[in-house]
Amino acid sequence: MTATMNDAQLTLGPLLFNWPLAAWHDFYARIADEAPVDSVHLGEIVCSKRAPFFADHLPDVIERLTAAGKRVLLSTPILVTTDKERAAVRELLSMDGVAFEANDTGALLHLAGRPHAVGPYVNVYNEGTLAWLAGRGATSVTLPAELPEASIRAIAAAAAPLGVAVEVQVFGRIPLAISARCYHARSHGLYKDGCQFVCGQDADGLPVDTLDGEPFLAVNGLQTLSRRYLSLADRLDGLRSLGVSRFRLSPHAVDMVEVARLFRAVLDGALSGADADARVAERVGEAGITNGFLLDRPGADWVGAAHP
Amino acid sequence: MAHFELICPAGTPAALRAAVDAGADAVYCGFRDATNARNFPGLNFSVREMAEGIAYAHGRGRKLFIAINTYPTAGNPGPWHQAVDQAASLGADAVILADYGLLDYAARRHPRLKLHLSVQASAANADAVTLYRDVFGVRRVVLPRVLTVPDIARLTAETGVETEVFVFGGLCPMAEGRCSLSSYATGQSPNRQGVCSPASHVRYEPRGTTLVSRLGDFTINRFEDGEPAGYPTLCKGRFVARGQASYLFEEPTSLNAIALLPELKAAGVRALKIEGRQRGKAYIAAVVGAYRQALDSFDRTGRAEVPQLAPTLADVIEGRRDTTGAYTRGWR
Repeated sequence: MTATMNDAQLTLGPLLFNWPLAAWHDFYARIADEAPVDSVHLGEIVCSKRAPFFADHLPDVIERLTAAGKRVLLSTPILVTTDKERAAVRELLSMDGVAFEANDTGALLHLAGRPHAVGPYVNVYNEGTLAWLAGRGATSVTLPAELPEASIRAIAAAAAPLGVAVEVQVFGRIPLAISARCYHARSHGLYKDGCQFVCGQDADGLPVDTLDGEPFLAVNGLQTLSRRYLSLADRLDGLRSLGVSRFRLSPHAVDMVEVARLFRAVLDGALSGADADARVAERVGEAGITNGFLLDRPGADWVGAAHP
Repeated sequence: MAHFELICPAGTPAALRAAVDAGADAVYCGFRDATNARNFPGLNFSVREMAEGIAYAHGRGRKLFIAINTYPTAGNPGPWHQAVDQAASLGADAVILADYGLLDYAARRHPRLKLHLSVQASAANADAVTLYRDVFGVRRVVLPRVLTVPDIARLTAETGVETEVFVFGGLCPMAEGRCSLSSYATGQSPNRQGVCSPASHVRYEPRGTTLVSRLGDFTINRFEDGEPAGYPTLCKGRFVARGQASYLFEEPTSLNAIALLPELKAAGVRALKIEGRQRGKAYIAAVVGAYRQALDSFDRTGRAEVPQLAPTLADVIEGRRDTTGAYTRGWR
């Protein structure tokens, strides 16, 4: 394993699901103490109705993670439509001592001229957009999940001379869509305004099957995710050679410390990617794992080992 | 106050003429390649057809907008840059763009070319619209179909940018340009290839007395004998959640906001858009004609006269059912 492989960083993306406050606290305490990740994203990015439950506790968690040597970033919401939600974004972006990740164009307006991260919900499909973002202060971009290797290569090549770090998600359900309509509420016969926070019943999202009973999608409030879990451990070498330096793990109700250790071990050359993917597949069970998007195939596909 | 501008789709020169003849104030079209979000076989315009279309529209005092609203492929921006250059040299009245890099290119290279923001950019709040206005000089924003009418009114008033909203046709329940459902099942997406749930990946399988519609490897719906089999657009499919089969994301309905004309006028909306560049000229003529009549009547009376128009429109809408989507508060 080369030395450059060890420059690779692991990022824990924002928690997408509505976990109970105690579970949320415990999760980040354990991440701070045990998980070999370099950066941790906080912030409720899916539904503004959930945010008030966690807002008062953010400073403590930020402090704990920072004390443990993690770089903390606050991620902005994916879909911002109401004035109340706009005000919440402005308030979030006024916090001191922390970095920010923009997930919509409105957040990019506020962050212009200061260093910031660009999240996977901002459409960075090409080098022209990458250059424009870099000119406004972007120091890293996390690419949209549906981009194939060829696009990642071209974007990373343009990012290097601009000093922009390129990150891709390598573990977790893939965010596929966002809506103004809450599908969790809808599946319970409720509307968003009177949702009773039923999204809290599904720690990893509500399973959605086809009429044939085949696992297909997962609903997380306003968000729709893949049912399968992205697992690109066996592709880390290849991604690194394309110029990707940061690898994002998306939090789930599996043992995330173990997941982080697996991916870190692969980056450090202590474990084969295929072995790590196999262990991830065991942990996520019948939902299964996928790597199709990276290989320019349907995102649901799993294509076997990069190193047969 | 100015009249609503009626913006109509055209996927072929015949549909363009039908739209103009039926009373469109402006027609929107795309070039025949992956630069536009209706990149379907047999659709769209060669450069020569586009020039002829512009001449036809301009000859009758109407406008033509060119949609270049997919996201340029990394490493190959040429076709998108060329499409913008051609739109400028052909004298298009505006280009409809979504990608930051392409907006930047158009604003630098063609400072006099009018820029509209595509719905595919999903600018859903006043801060986002302000950025596009101030940085690229965007003059008009096509709003995503996730906003309520009060949201639209506040955004329009605060930004001063012309707003254009969809009033008729297919309805995305997801924020446009931020959806990878199609590519999850098929490998092809609106953002990259300009297609959603493409016909090349659709199959209908008879199973006993039922017919199953499939997209890629996934069953999207099942129809009983004699039940009309709809097209398997992924988000309009029937799925099972919590033990129940339902149209979880959206029923196979069509957007029709004709009853909301007074509210949309009061919200300050400048232009009303009809979806459907994939539709034939007969559909275009019927829908555009019905909307022209409704708008003329609205100008005279200030009322939206729905009942008289319903039978014409009912014949052509998806699933023969319609909805006001997110505009009214039903989604919240």
